[in-house]
Amino acid sequence: MIEVRLHGRGGQGAVTSAELMAITAINQGQYAQAFPNFGAERRGAPVAAFFRISPEPINTRNMIYHPDMVVVLDPSILRLVDIGSGLHKQGILVANSRFSGKELQQELGITQTIATVNANVIAQEELGLPITNTTMLGAILKAREFYSPDKLLGPLNERFGRIAGKNIKAMQRAYRETRITPALN
Amino acid sequence: MGKLIGKEVSVAAADAVGLVNVDVIAAYPITPQTHIVEHLSELVAAGELDAEYIPVESEHSAMSVCCGSSARGARTFTCTSSQGLALMNEVVFIASSLRLPIVMVVCNRHLSAPIGIANDHSDIMPVRDSGWIQVFAENGQEVFDHVIHAFRVAESEKVSLPVIVNMDGFVLSHMIEPIEYWEEEMVKQYLPEFKPLYRLDPDDPITIGALTMSEYLTEAKMAQNEALKNALPEIVTAWDEMAEITGRQYRPVEKLHEDSSETLFLTMGSISGIVSDAVDQLREQGESVNLLKLRLFRPFPFKALKEAVGNARRVIVIDRAVSFGGPPGPVASEIRSAFYSDTNRPMISGFICGLGGRDLIPDDYINIYRESLLQTEGGATETEDILYGVKA
Repeated sequence: MIEVRLHGRGGQGAVTSAELMAITAINQGQYAQAFPNFGAERRGAPVAAFFRISPEPINTRNMIYHPDMVVVLDPSILRLVDIGSGLHKQGILVANSRFSGKELQQELGITQTIATVNANVIAQEELGLPITNTTMLGAILKAREFYSPDKLLGPLNERFGRIAGKNIKAMQRAYRETRITPALN
Repeated sequence: MGKLIGKEVSVAAADAVGLVNVDVIAAYPITPQTHIVEHLSELVAAGELDAEYIPVESEHSAMSVCCGSSARGARTFTCTSSQGLALMNEVVFIASSLRLPIVMVVCNRHLSAPIGIANDHSDIMPVRDSGWIQVFAENGQEVFDHVIHAFRVAESEKVSLPVIVNMDGFVLSHMIEPIEYWEEEMVKQYLPEFKPLYRLDPDDPITIGALTMSEYLTEAKMAQNEALKNALPEIVTAWDEMAEITGRQYRPVEKLHEDSSETLFLTMGSISGIVSDAVDQLREQGESVNLLKLRLFRPFPFKALKEAVGNARRVIVIDRAVSFGGPPGPVASEIRSAFYSDTNRPMISGFICGLGGRDLIPDDYINIYRESLLQTEGGATETEDILYGVKA
């Protein structure tokens, strides 16, 4: 079972990212859960969302304390939130950032593998908005092949209707542009 | 089995209500039940569900509308949580006393004060004695199935009582997970048309809910109690017939593993999955332990419980609410009372857990197991329920 925690700001759609990842996994015959951080959330404030994907049925409904992957949708919270909290040593950080993985490792004191993509630029150019939740799906799938990015097309079309095309382009571009920096020893 | 799709459990619950082609929905939004009513109002607004959606000004009004519509002969649904259930309380008792087959989903949430929105069972325990049939769902599939089952049981001529389907707030209501939807044909096969024995009709007037004093109240309450007890075989039959359609077999009390063990955990609702992980870890360490899930809370399944407990020496009951100044675990006290007359009764070891959404992990339940064993080693046969994990 792979457990993932996403960080974003209220209104940026971190929950939607988690939902789309889980729904697509279930479409592929895997088992999955997605859920928000239970409690009050405010627009603009740092928020978290979660998903689990497993080949076996999932019994647990606990919160995720030791994620295998942490995803950061908004570069402005990289230093605001303890994003590395509980992340497995073999885990991976997927960050929306204009800095390289090496720079982030130094800056944030994170030793794990880091996948970076400048999702703000992609989202701005493809969607005309710095909303990165669908863009970052491409980065997540580059960091770990839960399934092929093509499998997201159906769920993205269903969720976004006439604006799905832009979101799909942003996701695919992020998949191509995401760079992986290996873990420090 | 059909195809599993990823759905938020609240949306699936609303879709199940849509599938049974409900006539009237009257509800007031309250966290964490909101996604259910939002989706139902969308279905009605989009013309996908031909029902009357009545947005009321309070939960008290919601249940009042439900009583009126159900008495008129309309298939009726509502849902609520916590303070909302508390506010509708007086009408909840009227619905069952009038034998109105309303179905209500309760997204279990803690009851103020202190104010909060997270999950426990403190909202549902105050309506324990309201005369409604009550079931607890563990996951989204069970919620979906039990909404359909609830209408089937409630409207059965032999039952004619309202049903509450309990689903834990957030941990269930806000979870996206795999659920198998029923096809419309399956619902048609399973759920007959609602044909009430009596209905309010201006052309053929009758009185429902007339006044009585001491001359008939005892008899009316006797009849009500018998009706609820007699619902049990109908509830079980409706589960058995569902199994023929879906392949999923539900029972009033379910065992995780078929063997008999010295110690049994007993749980209600969504924590069962977490406790089952703890039980499996303990069994791998060679411990004789198993899990009972209490699905049916009212009418209380005494016989099924005793059969499931068998010769176990100890039952660890996990409560999710406090009966203040009382036993104090409401479910543990029911289990104790069920076994009191037995000479060879198991020790009932009660733990109150997860209040206000406190997230207990399998290690916590393993600690609870060890603590329970220590109680017996000390020679205790009766113990007071423990509020687990109180911070110093």
